[in-house]
Amino acid sequence: MDTEAILSFEEAMEKYDPVLGFEVHVELNTKTKMFSSAPNVFGDEPNTNVNEVDLGMPGVLPVVNKTAVESSIKIGLALNCKIAESCRFARKNYFYPDTPKNFQTSQYDEPIAYDGYLDIELSDGTVFRVEIERAHMEEDAGKLTHMGGATGRIHGADFSLVDYNRAGVPLVEIVTKPIEGAGSRAPELAKAYVAAVREIVKNLGVSDARMERGNVRCDANVSLRPHGRERFGIRSETKNVNSLRAVEHAVRYEIQRHAAVLDAGNPVVQETRHWHEDTRTTTSGRPKSDADDYRYFPEPDLVPVVASREWVEELRATLPEPPAARRKRLQADWGYSDLEFRDVVNAGVMDEIEETIAAGASASVARKWWMGEIVGRAKNADVDPGQLGVQPATIVELARMVEDGKINNKMATEVLDGVLAGEGTPADIVEKRGLAVVSDDGPLLEAIDAALAAQPGVADKIRGGKVQAVGAIVGGVMKATRGQADAARVRELILEKLGVTA
Amino acid sequence: MAAINRDDVAHLARLAHIEMSDQELDRMAGELAVIVDSVKSVSQAAGDDVPATSHPIPLSNVFREDVVGHTFTAEQALSGAPDSDDNRFKVPAILDEA
Repeated sequence: MDTEAILSFEEAMEKYDPVLGFEVHVELNTKTKMFSSAPNVFGDEPNTNVNEVDLGMPGVLPVVNKTAVESSIKIGLALNCKIAESCRFARKNYFYPDTPKNFQTSQYDEPIAYDGYLDIELSDGTVFRVEIERAHMEEDAGKLTHMGGATGRIHGADFSLVDYNRAGVPLVEIVTKPIEGAGSRAPELAKAYVAAVREIVKNLGVSDARMERGNVRCDANVSLRPHGRERFGIRSETKNVNSLRAVEHAVRYEIQRHAAVLDAGNPVVQETRHWHEDTRTTTSGRPKSDADDYRYFPEPDLVPVVASREWVEELRATLPEPPAARRKRLQADWGYSDLEFRDVVNAGVMDEIEETIAAGASASVARKWWMGEIVGRAKNADVDPGQLGVQPATIVELARMVEDGKINNKMATEVLDGVLAGEGTPADIVEKRGLAVVSDDGPLLEAIDAALAAQPGVADKIRGGKVQAVGAIVGGVMKATRGQADAARVRELILEKLGVTA
Repeated sequence: MAAINRDDVAHLARLAHIEMSDQELDRMAGELAVIVDSVKSVSQAAGDDVPATSHPIPLSNVFREDVVGHTFTAEQALSGAPDSDDNRFKVPAILDEA
């Protein structure tokens, strides 16, 4: 496969202004398909979740899934769209074996939702508004596996095998308006946009939103124009970019590739591109042509969908708090700084902290444990922090033990390791490992005497009123007791001994 | 007379995967124009007060509850397939045909 010339991203950005556009397909998690009562289940034996409607047999009639329509309206509302009073389905005609009917039932001139927007927060807190052109209902196609050939890709395949289990699964396709002004943040914005859509549909409970299963799929449109020019350049459409990371990489790569084409004085070819995760490049698919003349016409077998305002408002009332609003509320409730909160979000422990606080921990204690201890351990174990299995109650118990002076912070982290190793509850581990703070004053006083004798100069300073110097003596005592002493009590005893009031 | 030329018909034939001879294309160009004109006469009957519609029956929201119904077995699903393999329909490799 030819390697195409690319420009460095920096150089591409110096010369050109990128314009993006996205089509995100969301598979709904209804029990049945869009137009048939066959089950909508992932991963079953091939061609077992099909009936005569999905196979496009002659004379069959589709019937619309009410739940799928409601899910589509919810998605429209969550994307701040208007919901059409009345809309209809249309046939998109093309010959390809993934569609046994030779048309896909979709919506064309009357999408169920239109004219929305989504405010996307970038990693540094910048908010970028992405305008939504439309969100329309349609059905998924069957799954083709290309067999034979050298590469396993469609190029050079000898034949293809088709499983129609996915044919007819309800889809909502979300189309943005052209996104201008992202500049060098374009790749990051691309990733953040798809992440936000995924988060929204997951939060609504209308999709499983698992990108690795194709529940959320992104086609990314990229074009470049010289800075200052209003007219858009010619775009390419990179199909089925199916991970958040890939979205970012694909947009970045296409910007670099377009820039090199334009720099060489050539026109960009308007075409479909295929993304390759292994090489992080795209290759040419097919150019736009006759094959894209889909001859849409209104689907005669389905009557219009009329969304009364009452119905829409009923559905609106069921919407959960939007993820972005929830983040704003939690940050305010917890009193975290912007930086602290962003770190929490990026570490993926916002839900865990919320649960820990709900279990009785203070916001600062919850953050200290999750960010200070658990995130690092999860990183070492190469799992998500939530997967380590730390229970909110464990953190609450650890924090209480520290507060009560039973153990100190150092011991508490040791206890946490014990819990993670499956040694039992924090109380069990404290007992088994003999981790209680030494609170018997006898051994402490001995250690204090030794520490004072070792640092007579410091002792004099404290006697002279420099109370803050007591830290050095406390440190000596903690060292001598291997961290088992209660530092607060040690401080008290030292000051008492030297006759100083704190 | 509606303007439907030979190229339009050839284009449609290609999209519809219908092979047509030169003779057929010529004949169909003339016939289609007549057909389109005949259908067009409907617009003379409808005044400005009649909104365009794609569905003559005054029905909307014909829905199905989201309840699983019947399915085929893979064997049944494949029973009419010209070829199959591994419980899946076997089709020629179809690449970008444009």
